[in-house]
Amino acid sequence: MRTEEKQEEQQSIKDPSAYQQLESEEMEETSPWKDTIKQLRKNRFAVVGVVIILFFILLGLFAPLLTPYSYEEQALVDRLQPPSAEHWFGTDDVGRDIFTRIAYGARLSLQVGFFAVTGALVFGTLLGIVAGYFGRWIDTIISRIFDILLAFPSILLAIAIVSILGASLQNALIAIAIINIPIFGRLVRSKVISLREEEFIMAAKAQGMKNGRIIIHHILPNSAAPIIVQATLGFGTAILDAAGLGFLGLGAQPPTPEWGAMLAGSRDFIQLAPWTLIVPGVSIMLVVLGFNLIGDGLRDALDPKMKN
Amino acid sequence: MTAYIMRRLLQLIPVLIGMTIITFAIVHLIPGNPAQTILGETASQEAIADLEENMGLNEPYPVQYGFYITDLMQGDLGTSLRTKSEISSEIWPRLAATLELTFFAMVFAIFIGVNAGIISAWKQNSWFDFLAMMFALVGVSMPVFWLALMEQLVFAQELGWLPAFGRELSGDPIAPITHFYVLDSLIHLDFPRALTVLKHLILPSIALGTIPMAIIARMTRSSMLEVMQSDYIRTVRAKGSGQFLVIYKHALKNATIPVLTVIGLQTGVLLGGAILTETIFSWPGIGRYVFEAINYRDYPVIQSGILVIAFFFVIINLIVDILYTYIDPRIKY
Repeated sequence: MRTEEKQEEQQSIKDPSAYQQLESEEMEETSPWKDTIKQLRKNRFAVVGVVIILFFILLGLFAPLLTPYSYEEQALVDRLQPPSAEHWFGTDDVGRDIFTRIAYGARLSLQVGFFAVTGALVFGTLLGIVAGYFGRWIDTIISRIFDILLAFPSILLAIAIVSILGASLQNALIAIAIINIPIFGRLVRSKVISLREEEFIMAAKAQGMKNGRIIIHHILPNSAAPIIVQATLGFGTAILDAAGLGFLGLGAQPPTPEWGAMLAGSRDFIQLAPWTLIVPGVSIMLVVLGFNLIGDGLRDALDPKMKN
Repeated sequence: MTAYIMRRLLQLIPVLIGMTIITFAIVHLIPGNPAQTILGETASQEAIADLEENMGLNEPYPVQYGFYITDLMQGDLGTSLRTKSEISSEIWPRLAATLELTFFAMVFAIFIGVNAGIISAWKQNSWFDFLAMMFALVGVSMPVFWLALMEQLVFAQELGWLPAFGRELSGDPIAPITHFYVLDSLIHLDFPRALTVLKHLILPSIALGTIPMAIIARMTRSSMLEVMQSDYIRTVRAKGSGQFLVIYKHALKNATIPVLTVIGLQTGVLLGGAILTETIFSWPGIGRYVFEAINYRDYPVIQSGILVIAFFFVIINLIVDILYTYIDPRIKY
């Protein structure tokens, strides 16, 4: 699909009037962000991703309006009911409405993704900038710490951190943020190192600009693209990791309607009531898929090689 | 080459020291008194004092860390609080179980992933490409443990084709030699048993291997697409080589480097991801060992289990780095 578009654009460039038109369009849109959004809107997969995520955001936001049930109130008479008009996704082993729990769970999953990624992004970017911009021994120390953290398979490190802090959704979130810090940190560091030697940074320095200003006005905006892509993709993995920790009993504790914990609670009813497992699993998959689609789309949109 | 390997080994030292500091910290960062935490709320003061003495908890941290490292150097991974036996002797059968599972998961992931990636690149924008990439996208978005549960539901419980739990038939245990059961069955020349063991491996391997498979497929595709546009491929084509030869003999070799990186990284991810898969399939591996230890607050086992897995992860990455130089002589260090 993308190659076809490229070909079309290339063909239109051969046509002089179209070329002029293209040029005037480019003249109007000077902001690279507008350009990125335009590119993203052309990518059908990314649009699907945005729709999925919007759906879950709305589901989480309007959960109390969408369902008459409570996510923790038990109704043992209604236990393990199959999907019906009353209970769209059926009920679980203590008679709670699964749709309700999924809707409230959407809030949790999106929050976990948001806070874990934001935490990792802030600390990772800070450390990456300090290491890359100032170099020398600071760089050596920070890079070695990143190496060590990355030497552990990430979910294992998260498990280690949670076993220190104690099992709770909040601690799972902290653990996921920590395991993502070196990923952002390394990315930013390598970008900063390549920027540091650029002429416009030298020029800024020669003009007497302070380090802080150079970092905020020149380094950060120029390293934003890969950070944004990583943050979007990181959202998905953070949600997956949180669900994994929840499943192992190291994340959200019952009766919190966290999707991974819901799966763990329903394991014993796999044959009797498969819907108790299918619905939370599909929800996790869709949200993660949504973020992956947007992330892929952003990467293509922000990659200069993909433009004509 | 030898110099490079030596340098790479030397670089490992700070990483390994850092790893031991982190695993050491697991026990010491737990809020409150570790001995109290380990023994539980109801423990008597004497018991706590005894354990503190035994674990050397009264010494300053650097001294305790020194003890820890000295023990590790001698192959002493500590004693399990739950079973009271040496962790170093308990850990090998479990590690072997995990390595066997990881191996088969990786074989599955590489075979399917690399070939799907190649065909996708070859037939770019075809229906196969579209389906394979959709499948890969769904694959990377799926929680491993959920896939494992769905496999159990469909293939074990509904269809009854494959066993849902364990490594072998529970009533008929193998006499272990290497603790790699496929290998052990073959050494015993017990082929029906080898088949049973393989059957037990199928569902967990697929569950564990799906995410790496999807990532490898995506990486192979993009890497192949890039290589296929290069000048030397055009030359090979101009010389009249058939498509199959162009792809498998000429293009694949140059497309391997990024794929190899992904394979190395993913093997480590598998070792970590095994904790979820093993829990579901009751696979007696190191992941489940650590998981059970968490439930029993068996901190020495958590500590050593995590250290051993991380150690293997580091070694695998080292091997991958060394393999680069073999595959691509242009890489010089």
